[in-house]
Amino acid sequence: MTEPQIRIQDLNAWYGSAHALKGITAEIPARQITAIFGPSGCGKTTLLRSLNRLLEEVDGTWVTGEVWLDGIDIYGRGVDVTEVRTRVGMLAPKPFPLPMSIYDNVAYGRRIHGMHGRLDKGNGRNLDKMVERYLRAAGLWDEVQDRLHAPASGLSTGQQQRLCLARALAVEPEVLLCDEPTSALDPISAQRIEDQLVALKEEMTIVVVTHSLQQARRLADHVIFLWLGELVEAGPGDRVFQAPSDERTRAYLAGDVG
Amino acid sequence: MKWRRAKLVERFFQVLMIGSAAVVLGSLVLILATVVYKGISALNLDMLTQVPKGGYYMGKEGGILNAIVGSLYLAGGATALSLVFALPIALYLQFYAERSRFAELARLSLDVLWGVPSIVYGAFGFIIMLWLGMRASLLGGIIALAFLELPIMVRGMDEAIAMVPPALKEASYALGATRLETAVKVAVRQTAPGLLTAVLLAFGRGIGDAASVLFTAGYTDRLPDSLLSPAASLPLAVFFQLGTPFPAVQERAYASALVLTAIVLGLSLISRGLARRLNKHVIR
Amino acid sequence: MALLTLAATLLVPVIAVALFLRARPILAAVPLKDLLLSTAWHPLKGEFGFYPFIMGTLWVTAAAMILAVPPSLLTAIYLAEYAPAGFRAVAKPLIDLLAGIPSVVYGVWGMLTIVPFVEKTVAPVLNRSLGVLGLFRTDNPTGYGVLAGGLVLAVMVFPIIIAVAEEVIQAVPQGLREASLALGATRWQTIRNVVVRRAWPGVMAAVVLGLSRAFGETMAVLMVVGNVVQVPHSIFDAAYPLTALIANNYGEMMSIPLYDAALLCGALILLLIVLAFNTASRLVLVRFLRPG
Repeated sequence: MTEPQIRIQDLNAWYGSAHALKGITAEIPARQITAIFGPSGCGKTTLLRSLNRLLEEVDGTWVTGEVWLDGIDIYGRGVDVTEVRTRVGMLAPKPFPLPMSIYDNVAYGRRIHGMHGRLDKGNGRNLDKMVERYLRAAGLWDEVQDRLHAPASGLSTGQQQRLCLARALAVEPEVLLCDEPTSALDPISAQRIEDQLVALKEEMTIVVVTHSLQQARRLADHVIFLWLGELVEAGPGDRVFQAPSDERTRAYLAGDVG
Repeated sequence: MKWRRAKLVERFFQVLMIGSAAVVLGSLVLILATVVYKGISALNLDMLTQVPKGGYYMGKEGGILNAIVGSLYLAGGATALSLVFALPIALYLQFYAERSRFAELARLSLDVLWGVPSIVYGAFGFIIMLWLGMRASLLGGIIALAFLELPIMVRGMDEAIAMVPPALKEASYALGATRLETAVKVAVRQTAPGLLTAVLLAFGRGIGDAASVLFTAGYTDRLPDSLLSPAASLPLAVFFQLGTPFPAVQERAYASALVLTAIVLGLSLISRGLARRLNKHVIR
Repeated sequence: MALLTLAATLLVPVIAVALFLRARPILAAVPLKDLLLSTAWHPLKGEFGFYPFIMGTLWVTAAAMILAVPPSLLTAIYLAEYAPAGFRAVAKPLIDLLAGIPSVVYGVWGMLTIVPFVEKTVAPVLNRSLGVLGLFRTDNPTGYGVLAGGLVLAVMVFPIIIAVAEEVIQAVPQGLREASLALGATRWQTIRNVVVRRAWPGVMAAVVLGLSRAFGETMAVLMVVGNVVQVPHSIFDAAYPLTALIANNYGEMMSIPLYDAALLCGALILLLIVLAFNTASRLVLVRFLRPG
């Protein structure tokens, strides 16, 4: 096995006095889809959001522990949180298109970091080409190519979520975090997003939080099962689903609890 | 490298923001400090319990009792008058019209009324007085101020009653109460602190207003003996007495300003305290 | 109760009509063009040119808004996006206190603090450095003038703009901020490009409400603006806003023919302008703050 992309070491998180994540230690393998699953309230979203340090934007949250991304602890001293977030992107459950055109949404990430610099991997100043490239990668190009400057709010929910995907991809992250990315979508749009994610794992590491076991089975190469803030079990998807080693995992998979 | 620049820009604006907040809060402190500083030396028992002697423009003795009493009568009368109309309107909006187009229109009108300059209320009050053949008097001032206070009171009451959870209203109807009964027994009792807050807020606004009483209440250095006699008011006391060249008279103006500010701020604190009590007792 | 509510709803047009009826004589006697554009104000001779007063109001209001809007918006953003909860809990009530201070008290403060400040500090400095521009030149030996009025009005208008703008900014959904932050934007970039953009109509409405307040203010401005019938050409010139005109002359109103109609016509103009501003703002805000 190659080096894991992310190594989580004894991660703890609190919402005020509620202990949401209890000593999580895990690895996220590179260039695979890892699914985090478990019953409601088990800490899946909390764990996901601690990987791009979005958790700390909420008042009263508190995180301890280490998260190593390619040899650097993102919670270390002197680490620039905005830089972490360009390397670890996110797709939220409900699409929030920015109040601007489709084109500007995709270009937003590049623009706020300037078109030059380490992100500019030879694509030069040509923002148009870049926008097209990521809209294609998200599977949205065909539907919007003739109205790129129309407001993004005019798109359907499924299209908006794909736009958010294009927008996230445009900063060229190494890891993409997906928080229940299809829960707000109709089955057809959901399928399209899932297809794009599978295609994307060639280029980046993907972590998906899902409350649907079927989705986890469909997509995951590697899984992490959480229960009440604790990491109960983790491993290759096939192995965990077929032969869970922990009683709690077995019970949840069988539908006895949940 | 762009990140460094973005961080610098953010720091720059953070400094500007804190500076702005400091300017705003600093102005408050400066105003209160000025009022207290100038007024406190003029404040003594005589000032508060006597009327000006020798005429309010020139006399050096006496105090501002005329203005204090006049203001209390004016604002008190106006608030009472306004209350008579404001409560039914607020109850109507919350219980009968609720979310209808009419209610939206009414609320918009009330919000617009809230923004009408007080001098326009004074002019309107003046026109009514002429129409009724009245002269500048306590009653005239009360009418003009009542118009001024009405939108403030209705709005405050509207918001207070809106806090009654719909489930409570439904439970009352389910038990067979009419809308009126529900409105009065359930809502008014539950929201009494909120309603009182609205009343105090309106009173505070009314007592501090000068432009609307300018035309309508007149001015005098005596206590008003009837509704039809002119009445002094604290804001006008400040205005008129500040304009004289006699320092002793100006002292009265500063004292009036301090008393007025103290009353208004005191009311504000009381209503804030009431609002907090309201939140504790509301059934959720 | 329904009738009362109806009456309250109709109150605005009723006031306007009442003013109009009393103002009719002057509208009949003097052509509208002269009323609005003539600078001749000699009530005893029957000349009623409102131009100096309209300009006075415009100058003072403009000064107030230029001075008030940037700090107000920055403070609103600070309260909504950066301030710790404890600070907000203390600052918001204090800012509301500013709104409760009676206008005469602002006037007193203006006379005691702002006017001397303008007279002794601002005017000499600006006159020396920028006096070349007519805007900053001064022949006014006192501090009473447009700038003093603008400064006092600006402080009066702070709480309104801040309260409404803060509410509108708070109402922007958190998911939108997170979408921007997740791309690596700083908080300020997020605020500038996403939050304020989304809240813009509401922010504009907040500013217009402040503008409307500045427009209609009487006592405070009256006490510091100089009350000289002239069209201002510099921020240090004295001016005579419409509200001050009405307030200062109500006493003589009934004794000179047409004077009462003229002043009430002034009040009508004031009402109509404030009405337009307020209605537009309120409509925007109702749409904006509606949940969902």
